[in-house]
Amino acid sequence: MKVWKYGDNINTDMLFPGKYTYTCSTAKEIIPHLLEDLDSSFSINVKKGDIIIAGKNFGCGSSREQPVLGLKAVGIRAIIAESFARIFYRSSINQGLMLIESPDAVREYSDNDYIELNINKGIIKINRKEYLFPKIPKEINEIQNSGGLLEYTRLKLKKKNK
Amino acid sequence: MEMTFAEKILTKYSGEKNLTPNQIVNVSPDHLLTHDNTAAIIQKIQNELEKYGIYSNIMPIIVLDHVIPAATEKTALNHKKIREFVNKFKIKNFFDVGEGICHQIVIEKGFALPSKLILGSDSHTCSYGAVGTFSTGIDRTEAASLLLTGETWLKVPNSIKINLKNQLQKGIYAKDLILKIIGDISASGANYCSVEFHGDVNKLTVEDRFTITNMGVEMGAKNSVFPVDDVTINYLNSIGISKSFYNSIYPDNNAHYIKEYDYDLSLIEPMIACPHSVDNVKPVDEIEGLEIQQCFIGTCTNGRISDLNIAAKILKGKKISKNIRLIILPASKDIYEKALNLGIIQTLLKSGAIILPPGCGPCLGAHQGALAPGEKCISTANRNFKGRMGCKDAEIYLASPATVAISAIHGRITNPKEAL
Repeated sequence: MKVWKYGDNINTDMLFPGKYTYTCSTAKEIIPHLLEDLDSSFSINVKKGDIIIAGKNFGCGSSREQPVLGLKAVGIRAIIAESFARIFYRSSINQGLMLIESPDAVREYSDNDYIELNINKGIIKINRKEYLFPKIPKEINEIQNSGGLLEYTRLKLKKKNK
Repeated sequence: MEMTFAEKILTKYSGEKNLTPNQIVNVSPDHLLTHDNTAAIIQKIQNELEKYGIYSNIMPIIVLDHVIPAATEKTALNHKKIREFVNKFKIKNFFDVGEGICHQIVIEKGFALPSKLILGSDSHTCSYGAVGTFSTGIDRTEAASLLLTGETWLKVPNSIKINLKNQLQKGIYAKDLILKIIGDISASGANYCSVEFHGDVNKLTVEDRFTITNMGVEMGAKNSVFPVDDVTINYLNSIGISKSFYNSIYPDNNAHYIKEYDYDLSLIEPMIACPHSVDNVKPVDEIEGLEIQQCFIGTCTNGRISDLNIAAKILKGKKISKNIRLIILPASKDIYEKALNLGIIQTLLKSGAIILPPGCGPCLGAHQGALAPGEKCISTANRNFKGRMGCKDAEIYLASPATVAISAIHGRITNPKEAL
């Protein structure tokens, strides 16, 4: 498992350049361009289960969802940041990508530190220190448990049209 | 309980009482805006559309503006699929290529009204607070779900109050003010929050307010809103909407704000956002003289008649520098026509400008005016992220139309104060 570490204000153009927004929409089309202008090694070397740690305001900028779709598709287990931009945050709920706001954990982590993540218990362990992160509100948990917003909507429509 | 604007609107739309920040509520918006991304949105829900149809054919507003006219076979096919969807489901509010930028259309055609709720799969949907609408951006997946169900969840935001006093000096514009604010508050300073403007707002036109609310998302805001006053009422009258068509909602005097800021408008000077972040803001004077290759006046931030008029005043009888490409883009067909009738377009053309069709143009780097490595562009847009205009090794500076126009003449970043 690798930890990819980035700074503050990682915006949507860095995560997925705007010039591809209207020509790439599937995971296969998105992945080669993920983080293209931020870290060209990312899309080549990222592996399922990797974690991203970043500073403030991760995902700021556009409402494009390719960054979230792409990061989910390559198997990013969680993004731990000091804070997230709101559309990116909603988009991650919609796709079932795990986001964790934990400024303390982000500040503690340095390259090659030991890190362990227990999502169910809401604990990040860095070296020997533990950081708790808040549980997801139940309304949002329902969406994530359904496998994302579209699945949640499909279930809702089925129930309604029975 | 004393309530903020956001709390009052969400109370109205959720039907719940005594809302508190961070509470999650269900809402049905009046409108859902989508644009060229409609193709990708309907792709996600093809089966459901066949089976259940759409929730409403009045709620969606679809505007083709991002890559228009189509740049490639693929974008042309997207547009074609959208037109087929519009026809099949008899979508009432469809604006094909050339009508204008989606946010301009939503306001200009009277969809955005005081105390309405509009969601859109575009981050600059927050613009409609210019006329007292609660509006915010969502992603494509959520837009797909809304097309089918007509409802979604919103978290009740905390609110920030920005008090304005006095008025902007001659040669200083709404863009300078909002850049100053974002520079102070930072790109994340209003994250998840509703931003309310208060105080001496009556000297700011609806166009000025549009520029300011449009950039709310650049400080992380959920929505950004001006109070409805005579300026709003007169504007809505001018587009054929009388007062009887809407109600205005105002925050209570003692509502709770997590932060308050005060700005004396008379102290604002020309500002510029430097690469590669919108909050990297400096007075224009600090980087005056920097050589540039491209100048761009347009976008949903600054492509309105007052913006083109300022540019024309500065460029009248002058020629732009031979080293400059000046790209001008009216934000809608109506604005284009007005600018033609007022002789603005002729003035701009004579100065050496290139006029593009009403749409997003080079703002997002997909076509029409991309930058080459090492080039610098001064633009009236709302974002200067690395790679935004198609090239990660180019630089984008954001400023008012006046600063961009004067800079086009000199081929260098120039303070517009003396030209006006």
